[in-house]
Amino acid sequence: MEYVKAFVVGGIICALVQILLEKTRMLPGRVMVLLVCAGTLLGALQIYQPFVEFAGAGASVPLLGFGNVLWQGMEEAIQKEGVLGLFKGGFTASSAGICAALIFGYLGSLFFRSKMRK
Amino acid sequence: MTEQIGRQSLTFCEAPFILQNASVAGSKEGEGPLGTLFDLVEPDDTFGEEKWEMAESQLQKQAVKILLSKSGLSPEQIRYLFAGDLLGQTIATSFGLMDYQIPLFGLYGACATCGEALSLAAMTVAAGYADLAAAVTSSHFASAEKQFRFPLEYANQRPMSATWTVTGSGAFLVCSPACFREKAKHISDQESFPVAITGITTGKIVDYGIKDAMNMGAAMAPAAADCIFHHLKDFGRKPKDYDYIVTGDLGLVGQEILIELLRQRGIEIEEQHRDCGIDIFDSKVQNTGAGGSGCGCSAVTLSACYLPKLRQGKLKRILFVPTGALLSKISFNEGQSVPGIAHGLVLESVA
Repeated sequence: MEYVKAFVVGGIICALVQILLEKTRMLPGRVMVLLVCAGTLLGALQIYQPFVEFAGAGASVPLLGFGNVLWQGMEEAIQKEGVLGLFKGGFTASSAGICAALIFGYLGSLFFRSKMRK
Repeated sequence: MTEQIGRQSLTFCEAPFILQNASVAGSKEGEGPLGTLFDLVEPDDTFGEEKWEMAESQLQKQAVKILLSKSGLSPEQIRYLFAGDLLGQTIATSFGLMDYQIPLFGLYGACATCGEALSLAAMTVAAGYADLAAAVTSSHFASAEKQFRFPLEYANQRPMSATWTVTGSGAFLVCSPACFREKAKHISDQESFPVAITGITTGKIVDYGIKDAMNMGAAMAPAAADCIFHHLKDFGRKPKDYDYIVTGDLGLVGQEILIELLRQRGIEIEEQHRDCGIDIFDSKVQNTGAGGSGCGCSAVTLSACYLPKLRQGKLKRILFVPTGALLSKISFNEGQSVPGIAHGLVLESVA
């Protein structure tokens, strides 16, 4: 059941973003920033974390989820370390994800070569 | 002697000839409507090189090699090379052509570079500063994506309205009438009618404030309209004086805009207008969105499609107007609009 929820929720989020990309002329970079900021805001409003608990990977994998992770990390760190937490928290929480992206991206570039688009 | 006419045109009394031309294209272009017409279609888009920029250099090198072979000339006989490409600092041109050791004028005209190179070669020959001058230009899909959008590795989505940069290089030999009479005897595949560049109209930069990188046709159409308008005015001609008016890469959207812009100025070109970007790909089958683009688009289409028709006498006179968008990744990201430019050449088959 949780697989179904994750698939449907994740799919809906991606479909909405695809519609945004196709209907507006917004550049992909701007869309990504929009998603991260929206996720952070929804996290701060206590909306997104419950959503993650409901939909699992369907909510945490899209970039909205990344924005939420940044917020969760910051909130925890501010409670522990005050103002310093504002700067440290986001990176601490997202460290695994960012590091994985870097390492796997690098490994990918070592083992694979780009090909022309067809 | 040449004559300056109007604001921005030249008419050549002793018109230089296009002695020979060559076209090299990539796999996608080879699968397109003009695929069988190119001198060389390379199925391996890396052209045997490690990097896409080096591949584009090879493209140009091959185009010049075929040009020299078809004309039976050696590099030493060519006085000047006018060449350019889309990459920063025109590296494809520099690295591609340096081995030929021909005095080089490196150029940048965005996708209008073919028109700029041919115009300058024609001017140089007509003025008596060279008997033989070559004009070369190229573009490569992968290197252009890296230059203007994202490297292929980024795997970004491309909207259907985006154009597809042509992987191709066109090379042309421009020569004086005297030189032509001497050399033409030795060229085996010379068809009945020699082709001359009888006049040029050099474009001005025209900016209608378009900021949409996905609509290059709209950005360049005003420049094409301006060039065509002034050309017809300077020469005192009408659209029907030409078999075709061929733009470089306006695509279907740009074509509509061009025809409308000229219509507003009292000029109707719907019957004569053709566009290399529309000619080079079958957009329905090949998924190429709005059409082909890039310096190579107009260059290979001129070489493979329109010059042979002129030589065979199927066309008598065309106006060749490659179009370019003068943006950079930086200017675009910093919020500037996309100015356009277009250069016109009158190509005639001479009895």
